[in-house]
Amino acid sequence: MSGPLLEIDGLCKAYNGRPALIDVALDLWPGEVLAIVGESGSGKTTLLRCIDGQVAPERGAIRFDTRAQGMVDLTLLNEARRRRLLGNDLGYVHQNPRDGLRLELSAGANIGEPLLQAGHRHYGRIRATAESWLAKVEIDPGRIDDLPKHFSGGMQQRLQIARNLVTNPRLVLMDEPTGGLDVSVQAKLLDLLRRLAADLDLAIILVTHDLGVARLLADRLMVMQAGRIVESGLTDQVLDDPHQPYTQLLVSSVLQL
Amino acid sequence: MSKGYNFAYLDEQSKRMIRRAVLKAVAVPGYQVPFAGREMPLPYGWGTGGIQVTASIIGRDDVLKVIDQGADDTTNAVSIRKFFARTAGVRTTTRTPEASLIQTRHRIPETQLKAGQIIVFQVPIPEPLRWLEPRETATRRMHALGDYGAMHLKLYEDIARYGRVTTAYDFPTLVNGRYLMSPSPIPRLDNPKLDRSPALQLFGAGREKRIYAVPPHTTVKSLDFEDHPFTTERWAQHCARCGAGDSYLDELVIDDRGTRRFVCSDTDYCDTRLAGTGGAR
Amino acid sequence: MYVAVKGGEAAIDAAHALNASDRRGDPATPELTVDQIERQLGLAVDRVMAEGALYDRRLAALAIKQAAGDLVEAIFLIRAYRTTLPRFGASEPVSTAAMQIARRISAIFKDVPGGQFLGPTFDYTHRLLDFSLEGEGAAPEAPGATTTVGPLIPVTTLLQQDGLIEGERPDDATPVGDITRTPPTYPAERDVRLQALARGDEGFLLGLAYSTQRGYGRNHPFAGEIRHGSVEVEIAPPELGFAITIGEVELTECQMVNQFKGSAEQPPQFTRGYGLAFGRGERKAMAMALVERALRARELDEAVTAPAQDEEFVLSHADNVEASGFVQHLKLPHYVDFQAELDVVRRLRDEIEAKKAAE
Repeated sequence: MSGPLLEIDGLCKAYNGRPALIDVALDLWPGEVLAIVGESGSGKTTLLRCIDGQVAPERGAIRFDTRAQGMVDLTLLNEARRRRLLGNDLGYVHQNPRDGLRLELSAGANIGEPLLQAGHRHYGRIRATAESWLAKVEIDPGRIDDLPKHFSGGMQQRLQIARNLVTNPRLVLMDEPTGGLDVSVQAKLLDLLRRLAADLDLAIILVTHDLGVARLLADRLMVMQAGRIVESGLTDQVLDDPHQPYTQLLVSSVLQL
Repeated sequence: MSKGYNFAYLDEQSKRMIRRAVLKAVAVPGYQVPFAGREMPLPYGWGTGGIQVTASIIGRDDVLKVIDQGADDTTNAVSIRKFFARTAGVRTTTRTPEASLIQTRHRIPETQLKAGQIIVFQVPIPEPLRWLEPRETATRRMHALGDYGAMHLKLYEDIARYGRVTTAYDFPTLVNGRYLMSPSPIPRLDNPKLDRSPALQLFGAGREKRIYAVPPHTTVKSLDFEDHPFTTERWAQHCARCGAGDSYLDELVIDDRGTRRFVCSDTDYCDTRLAGTGGAR
Repeated sequence: MYVAVKGGEAAIDAAHALNASDRRGDPATPELTVDQIERQLGLAVDRVMAEGALYDRRLAALAIKQAAGDLVEAIFLIRAYRTTLPRFGASEPVSTAAMQIARRISAIFKDVPGGQFLGPTFDYTHRLLDFSLEGEGAAPEAPGATTTVGPLIPVTTLLQQDGLIEGERPDDATPVGDITRTPPTYPAERDVRLQALARGDEGFLLGLAYSTQRGYGRNHPFAGEIRHGSVEVEIAPPELGFAITIGEVELTECQMVNQFKGSAEQPPQFTRGYGLAFGRGERKAMAMALVERALRARELDEAVTAPAQDEEFVLSHADNVEASGFVQHLKLPHYVDFQAELDVVRRLRDEIEAKKAAE
């Protein structure tokens, strides 16, 4: 596999006449972690949702390297074809873990569901896989039969991550995965994500308003403002030597502790 | 036969509409076809779907058997049989091998059905995913996308919590490798009879306004895990009346001390065995 | 023709005979006539017509007599009868604006052109049991001249003249849905929703309507107009090429004036909720209008948070013929399925016992 995993160009999306994405383009390579930063309203979450198929862009292409058919423009697919071609190759971690979990089913069932959808039919092996993933995301495997509605916010988020990674996706989209969590809990989660990304050679697009998170996790960084990409490049380069005035403003407004 | 009503009560237009739905159902095994169900003289929930299907396909030469809980003489079976006797004047029977058309609630006869026979099931809730998702809009999508992972979740949770699958009846099945189907509230013992039956199996849900079908010789597989295969009911007792050890048994409480007696639920099967002609399985 | 018969049939026949004899009661008491029911229990007749979805006072009265006063049972009888009737056409839309009015009130203006007509109503009666009704007495006299009035301009039309209320937007290109011909699918359009509500159970809709007033999907209702009277029913046979009147029906119509809405393109206007019932079904028409407005949440871009706004929930459970059938079907034998449950429970309990014994 030699080409990019994801190619986006000319992407445009407007809500009720108000533009949310204007001519957005990006490339993502296998195993890359890309952070998209910007303030709220910059269009970063809309971009993520377009890639995930939750909303449809007005114009532009989103080409993804599928296992079955190579590069396919996802915007041209209906839901049935999208599911068939993508399978579990594309994950989505919601900012609020409650949106990405089945709260009324056990932790084991939550991790097992993508496996069941992929056709696995051995209870013992599904359960063992779920236990091993719980351990990987640092949740006590003894809690496999507990309901996530009884978990802390940090645990729920880690469960959601496990649920997304269990089928070995090529790309995971993450919307503010550490948002709403305590600072110490955030740090643990970031550490976990960094290890998983490295171990699994996973490509991640991470949306965040927190430059510290971007610096810790991302290889590359894209800055968005009012629906456009204003600057992009290697994370450290962009953060240490921002060229665009908006980027400079963002970077300088982060309190240095 | 009642005067003033069309043969088998329904007008020919309605029968035609229902037969079209049945044909669609047969063409796509296990898929729930919506149909414009009529109010019938029996209440919704009491077999109107089954009655509409039967009324649409029954002919003057048909021999009709109607059972409820496997028995010909339970009150609702009597009521429905009377309805067809009055409105269609067809011959009726209690003998499974002699029937060309069998309408049933909650059981499949023990005697194996033959090619050329039609069995019509009365269905209360046609949607096997209803427990997971009350919304029709959501379950329709799941069927369209073949998105049935969630059904196995119920099985997984049961095994995790109880050590076994606890769904007792109306056990979900996969038809022709494509559609998830509710077989109606038949016990698990009857599920294997659905698989590659030589008979035509039709399902009518009057209140929910859905018809579905399993054509002859179609695969019907009850959901399970490789390491937790599908199991059926078992009794320690045999039928106290005919001695059968392989049929579904009714449990009768015969005194205040709670003494139990077990008898075949399929009255025709039991009668036949008792008469010594040997019910074929 | 051989019909298989066993003991259960005799029991059923006996039960039906007992039921019929109970209905008649003591033969010394004069038998209730269909005429008496039709004329002196008119509001019951109205409800049976509305939810039976069949306009025929005499048939509804007969059904009430046969059902011994159980209105839901009577409604079932009427629906089952309706199924057997051939349909030979559809009428032109009736004009409630042209109604010969027996009663017309509006809560939004102190007075309206044509005036407020109280008509016959229980409103403002003091709910004190009138023991004089126990005996037969002289028939109460109607006051003065009881003429009907009409046509009166609907109050909502007056609001519409100033653009203060949304106009109705008939779409003649799209055929009107028919819930008796096509099973409902969701999301449902307004025509299908109105049909389902018109024949919906009054109790169910009343509870849901009440819930909207108590905050479960509040839509700020005012009774713009409630009118009751008779309208002409017209059909336009293709052979004639023009419309002819074939009869009259009595209707009650309620137009609710609800929470105003505006948008970038459209300055604020009041929104509408609509209720219609056969006969004098005023409570039904009002409840229907409140629920109808709540169900428009999706098309009016309002958050759907309350049961009365939940289209699938409301429409799937509004029909009392379906509801009564399914609730009462629990009386049917379920012993085979119960045996299956017993098998599962006994097995689980045995397994727990065995585990305990092993420890």
